[in-house]
Amino acid sequence: MSVFVLRRLLTLLATLVGASLIIFLVLDALPGNAAQMLMGADASPDAVRALTIKLGLDQPLAVRYMQWIKGLAVGDLGNSYVYGTAVGSLIAERLVLTIPLAIMAMTITVTLALSAGIYTAANHNKLGDVGVMSLTQVGIALPNFWFAILLVLLFSVRLQWLSAGGFAGWEDGIWPGLKSLLLPAISLAVVQAAILARVTRSAVLEVLREDFVRTARAKGLGKREVLWSHVLRNAMIPVMTVMGLQFANLLAGTIVIENVFYLPGLGRLIFQSIANRDLIVVRNCVMLLAAMVVIVNFVVDVLYAFIDPRIKVHDL
Amino acid sequence: MAERSDTPLIEVENLGVRLNTSRGPAQAVRGVSFALKRGETLGLVGESGCGKSVTALSLMGLLPDSAVVTGSIKLDADELVGLADADYCRLRGNRISMIFQEPMTALNPMHTIGNQVAEPLRRHKNYSAAQARKEAIALLDRVGLPDPARRVDAYPHQFSGGQRQRITIAMALACEPDLLIADEPTTALDVTIQGQILDLIADLVEERGMSMILISHDLGVIAENVQRMMVMYGGTVVESGPTGEVFRRMGHPYTQGLFRARPKLGARKGTRLKTISGTVPELADLPSGCTFSDRCPLVIDQCRAALPPMVDVGPGHFARCIRTDVSMAERVGALTA
Repeated sequence: MSVFVLRRLLTLLATLVGASLIIFLVLDALPGNAAQMLMGADASPDAVRALTIKLGLDQPLAVRYMQWIKGLAVGDLGNSYVYGTAVGSLIAERLVLTIPLAIMAMTITVTLALSAGIYTAANHNKLGDVGVMSLTQVGIALPNFWFAILLVLLFSVRLQWLSAGGFAGWEDGIWPGLKSLLLPAISLAVVQAAILARVTRSAVLEVLREDFVRTARAKGLGKREVLWSHVLRNAMIPVMTVMGLQFANLLAGTIVIENVFYLPGLGRLIFQSIANRDLIVVRNCVMLLAAMVVIVNFVVDVLYAFIDPRIKVHDL
Repeated sequence: MAERSDTPLIEVENLGVRLNTSRGPAQAVRGVSFALKRGETLGLVGESGCGKSVTALSLMGLLPDSAVVTGSIKLDADELVGLADADYCRLRGNRISMIFQEPMTALNPMHTIGNQVAEPLRRHKNYSAAQARKEAIALLDRVGLPDPARRVDAYPHQFSGGQRQRITIAMALACEPDLLIADEPTTALDVTIQGQILDLIADLVEERGMSMILISHDLGVIAENVQRMMVMYGGTVVESGPTGEVFRRMGHPYTQGLFRARPKLGARKGTRLKTISGTVPELADLPSGCTFSDRCPLVIDQCRAALPPMVDVGPGHFARCIRTDVSMAERVGALTA
């Protein structure tokens, strides 16, 4: 393993520790006692105290933090205050929806954005460029929940091709599951693709102005060959940065779309847990999201080094 | 073959290039004509923006799509103006090659130098990867890159500016072109490296019998490296001829100004550098008549009326000036003063 990757791994660990501290402290500082919330305003103080002790909330801050971290390390996240079931399995149930949805939406995003971005850059200032770029402008301006409703109206209500909501699960095979995630994935992808297409276009245009592009042309390469063999790899760095951010965003920030389509995803779990003061679930979910963002960034960093030979050397 | 040596390798006639700049259309090159035989070397000299690089790029067919090229460029009697890009691609890097000014940015940072040198070989000569790699190592060795067999898989950022220029030279020479265009090949390099690179180019041109067009703003570089030269100003050729003749006679006031503006070693401290008064005109609004008229010390009304014709001032030596009688007399005075 290169020194570059090792250093990034250490940064990743340090970020996670920092994130866990912040998450723990902020949730602890929230007003309202979880035990009181669970038992209702009319509960007797004795009963509340008993529940407080049972949940371990009477322990000092540092002890509770260490208990949580130890639990995280062995995969025991504790039990939900509200449902009484293990937090780990609660989250796992949601991840089987959220992760495939994020991957699907990202795949659509990347396919649309790279083809649109490369096409428009190669046809800079021509009709196709102006047309596609106007479309992306509309795409950026669209609120995705509104676009989702339009999709439901067309494909579910009028054409009746796809269901308007709910998740079919993976028990009956892959296809019903994918089908129920298709509309949500498209609604999530459209806005992101519009942004990523513009990033791709400007990155490619910037590289097209580089001297080495002229050198490649002077060697006898056609415009298209130069684009594929010399330009794209150079243009990928800014594109991948945005792609990483978007993927992290898809994992964490799909609450609105999950609500439009009645999807039992991670976003809704967090939302409900906050409403229920189920702080142990909230804490672990937020930690998971933080970890996913950090890991996605780590993967993007490693890919940078893979693409650009200069990065390894500079970081040594 | 006898017939081939009679036709010039490159014949440019009345070349005109109009560019679309941000300030409107500009006639970047007008009425440039020259011919170059095999093995001959030609220098293009002038300030930035005088049209020398545009002339070179029009020979390469690498002007922006919006540029309008008129006149004729013939390579071995085949017309190049208006050639489809796919056909031009077969010539570029194969029969006509170019070395650029900025070695730091002329190489793709993401590809190994070996692949970049091998690229024209694979493309034009259909070499296999192994053949091309072997040839690339030989080329890198020829241009004086140390330890080429080991460094062939290194990336451009691992080399110095001078080494990178050697790599671009290896790349340009890969397919043994008939014509090498070197656009300010040493401008971006340290002075100590400049001489080495120019010597290398000169050796290679001689060794392979190539023709060369060397572009420079440096009169010293031109004087030492080419047989013939053209001085350009405002998109036109203002003086042309065998290098020795041009330096001996200097028919055009602009050439004289350029010569006087060289910094000299051993000049007394505090001596101001001579400059040509005024600034290079914008190509979008060149003066009518002689392009140099706004800055010329010898200007008369007639100069502004129409572009002066090329006047014969010596054997093979021409100047685009109607006042060569005065300018060349002054030149004699300037030498004695």
